[in-house]
This record gives sequence, structure tokens and C-alpha cells, in this order.
Amino acid sequence: MSKDTGDNVWILGTYMTKFGRHTDKDLIDLASESAMGALNDGGVTIHDMGVLAAGSLFNSQAGVGQQLQKQIGQTGIPVYNVANACATGATALRTVLLTIKAGEADMGLAVGVEQMGKGGLLGAGGKGDRGRKVYEPSGRYGSVMSVEGLLGTGLMPGVFAQAGMEYAYENGGVDFEQFAKVAEKNHAHSTLNPLAHYQKQFSLEEVMDAEMMSYPNTLLMCCPNTDGSAAVVLVSEEKLRTLSKEQQQRAIKVSASVLTSDPWTERAQVQPDVNTLTRNAATQAYEQSGVDPQDLDLVELHDCFATAELIHYDNLQLCAPGEAGKFIDERGPWRDGKIPVNVSGGLISKGHPIGATGLANVYEVSTHLRGEAGDRQIEGAKVGLTHVIGLGSACAVHVLEKAGV
Amino acid sequence: MGKQVPIVDYLAIEDGPPHLVAWESVDSGALYFDRRNADANQGGTEFKRRKLATTGKVRSFTIVHRTVPGVPAPYVSALVDLDGGGSVKGNLQNIPPDPEHVKLGMPVHMTTFVAGTDDDGTEAIAFAFEPSEA
Repeated sequence: MSKDTGDNVWILGTYMTKFGRHTDKDLIDLASESAMGALNDGGVTIHDMGVLAAGSLFNSQAGVGQQLQKQIGQTGIPVYNVANACATGATALRTVLLTIKAGEADMGLAVGVEQMGKGGLLGAGGKGDRGRKVYEPSGRYGSVMSVEGLLGTGLMPGVFAQAGMEYAYENGGVDFEQFAKVAEKNHAHSTLNPLAHYQKQFSLEEVMDAEMMSYPNTLLMCCPNTDGSAAVVLVSEEKLRTLSKEQQQRAIKVSASVLTSDPWTERAQVQPDVNTLTRNAATQAYEQSGVDPQDLDLVELHDCFATAELIHYDNLQLCAPGEAGKFIDERGPWRDGKIPVNVSGGLISKGHPIGATGLANVYEVSTHLRGEAGDRQIEGAKVGLTHVIGLGSACAVHVLEKAGV
Repeated sequence: MGKQVPIVDYLAIEDGPPHLVAWESVDSGALYFDRRNADANQGGTEFKRRKLATTGKVRSFTIVHRTVPGVPAPYVSALVDLDGGGSVKGNLQNIPPDPEHVKLGMPVHMTTFVAGTDDDGTEAIAFAFEPSEA
């Protein structure tokens, strides 16, 4: 199916921790569990690794990679501590992949971890009121006070609501119910995933009647703040050929690995444009892998909010242009639909520990391609796609395939 | 009346009726509200000030119910495409904050309001949008 470039990189091992609130563990406990889990899954040890990349957005200056080494194995290899918004985990994966492609290592470990706690609404920022209040312009906009709520919203539920409503405006309308159907689906899917933060089914009415956060996103259409970690061991094709039959058979081919940022668009000056860089990443990934979107057996995409998932059906070419609303109406992204999307429960139910998310979706797709996904297995899955986007922006798309080495 | 200052420097309140003003790249025509090092579109470093229209259309909106402490809710946050160029984000006022009243594509015009007063009695003037007669 895909182009054979001869220098492919393969997934040898994957692991994710249970996602949820881990108040009894610290960041390195979670990272250690997933790192050792992925190494064990791949039948290798930390001593086989030639590179380590650790992603943790909120602890990007903490040297998480080195802290992890000090718990599971200090072997002197290069460590990269990675932060790239919600694409942090996927960027860690690419850091290892590029190192292998460059010939500096034949195996490497990517780990993503985050403890979000009860983080509240993300994206407020702005200026605190401390001491005597005197209006002085500051920053690049010369603002004299926090503008949140005065000049529109920059909070995440609202930003992604506006992204969804913009799609509705440009494509002849998508309504509240269609956006809500996305969350209905992901909550239903999560009931089959024991690693998901929440595993509770909700009716469409319950989704729509839940507390309104930022229209059209209700509470059940927003991802929760979640703790968790995920890890992936990558190996060069040449090295994989020297490993055991079982390791080779379970290995998953990385057929495309793409990272994009925002090209300049005028409207993105005031509202993040989550579409253009996703479209660009998808186009490159399909070209790199030779995979047609209609051939995908499953997709794990960045449903930080229900409004986001819906527009990414279109951005990732899972549906015809402008027909994302129709795609969900026809149950296209349900696990028994045309292209199953977020069978893990997605960020909405599984949770979104930012640094781990981009590796957790690689874990999910790989597990299906290996036929090891248990109750939630998509039967006969051979090719899948993962997608994450972080505001700022950074978008990563990976195409993964079950293939013979 | 005490002193007044704009909440952000791209709101002009002393040069005739209040309006927004952007940095326009001389090379590419790209518009920005923030202080610039260069044009992110084509890379030019020459800019001129451009006065933007006070009328436009709602390109997108959300109705914010849960927000940060100190911000009254619900309120409408809207992205407005200004007539003649430029897009801006602001609150939509003088309209019930519900999807039955707020409509995509609805024509709006800019208005201003006092966003706060500091300890010297200086008022911060902010801008918002309100529905225009179609």
C-alpha cells in the first residue's frame, strides 16, 4: 500500500498508563510506568535505547527526561526535553524518529507525561490585579488590563467553539445537535476502553442538556483535565530485521510522520486557525505514506472539544468537503461506521494529559493494528492515522500500518 | 470627566469617532493589531497605520457561560469580519446571549464602553459590537 523508502522507522513497543486522576503518583512515577511498559512491550531494555525524548508541557523546564533516567536507567544517551503545546507527545515521537533517520541511533524511546490535576479552564492568561491599580499599556497590544471577557474569549472551550461555528458559517450550517453527536459517540466508545479517564455512556439529550460551557460546547463536549503517560519505542528497519520473529510480527510501520505550523493567514491574527495546518499535515501524510484517506481503518484525532473533532473530519479528508455534519449524522465516525474515529473514547472521555496525548493515540492505533485491542478491537485493522494539534500552533499527523518487515 | 485610555492600543478613541487601527504591511497588505518586528506573510519590515471600518459581519461566535472569576456571564464573544478588511474579536452587546438571537453572518457595528476605572480615576475604554439594522 505505502511507498517503500527502505529507511522506514517502526514502532517496537507501546504503552499507556490508565488515564485519570493520579493523586498518589508524581510525574516521574507515571513516566516510569509508561517507559518501562513500552520497553517491556518491545522486548528491549533502556540499555538498548540510543536516544530518549520526553514531552511534558507544564514541566518543560524540569528535565523530565533526565529525572526519568535517574529512576529507570542512566545510560548516558542524548536526552531531549520537548514542549510543543498539545503536539508535545507527538513531537517527542518525531524527535526520536528523526534521530533514527539521521543514523545517530537505531532504537529510541519517546515518553509523554502530564499531571493536569484539577486545572480548571485553560487559556485565560492575562494580567493579575496586584496592589495599586494604574492603567499602563503593556505587551504587544498595549493592553491596560486583562481583556478576557471584555474583548471576546480566549478560553479553550470558547476558542474551539468559535472554530466550530466558523465551519458552520462557511459550510451552510452545522447545528448544536450535530456537534453534540460527536461527544455522544466518544462517550459511547469509551465504555470499551478500561484505560479511559471516564467510561460512561450518555444519551444525545444528556450531552445537550449538560451544563453549557461555551455554546455550542457543553461540559460533556469538553475534554477533562487528566493525568497520565504514554510511551513508544521506535526502531530502524535495519535493526528490526535482526530482532526476533515475534518482535518483527508485532512491529508497526510508521508510514508517515509530519509536523506543521501555521502558515500565515489573515484571520488567524485574532482567532487561531486550526484548519490550515491540519490540512497541510494531512496532505503531506497521505502523500508520504501513499495511503488514501478512504483506506483508513481507524483514526485517533484531536477532539479536545466536540466542535474540534467535527471540523477535523473535513480537515483530514475523512468526509467530502463541507460535509462533516453529514458524516456524523450518517454515523461515519462510529466504531461500526465508514471510518471509525476515536474508538478509544477520544480526549473527551479518555482524557487529555497534554504531553502524553500524542503518544497515547499512537498506542491506541498500534494496539488495533496488532489485533490486541480486546473488546474495542476494530477487526482487521491494517492502517490508521493519528492527529494532534496544539494552539500556537503545532500539528502532527502519523500514518501507521500493519506490514511485514 | 477624568482621563480616558483605550484598553488596547489598536483602539483609537481620540482621532474622531472611535475606531480600530491596524498595522498594514506596505509590501503585502497584511493587517496586524500587535506591535510588529516584521510581516509574517512576506517578511517586509515597513508598515503604515490603517484605519478600519466600524461595521462588519459576524463570522463566528460562542456564548460563554463558564468563565474566569470577575467576568459576568453569559456573554457573546464574536469574530467580526470588518467591511473593507480586517477581522477582530470582541463581545457582542445589546442582544440576548442565546442562539435564537445571535446569528452567523449578522451585520454589526462597533460601540465602546467603560471597562474599568483605575485608582487615579482613569477610565479604560473598550470596544464591542452590537447588531445593526439589516
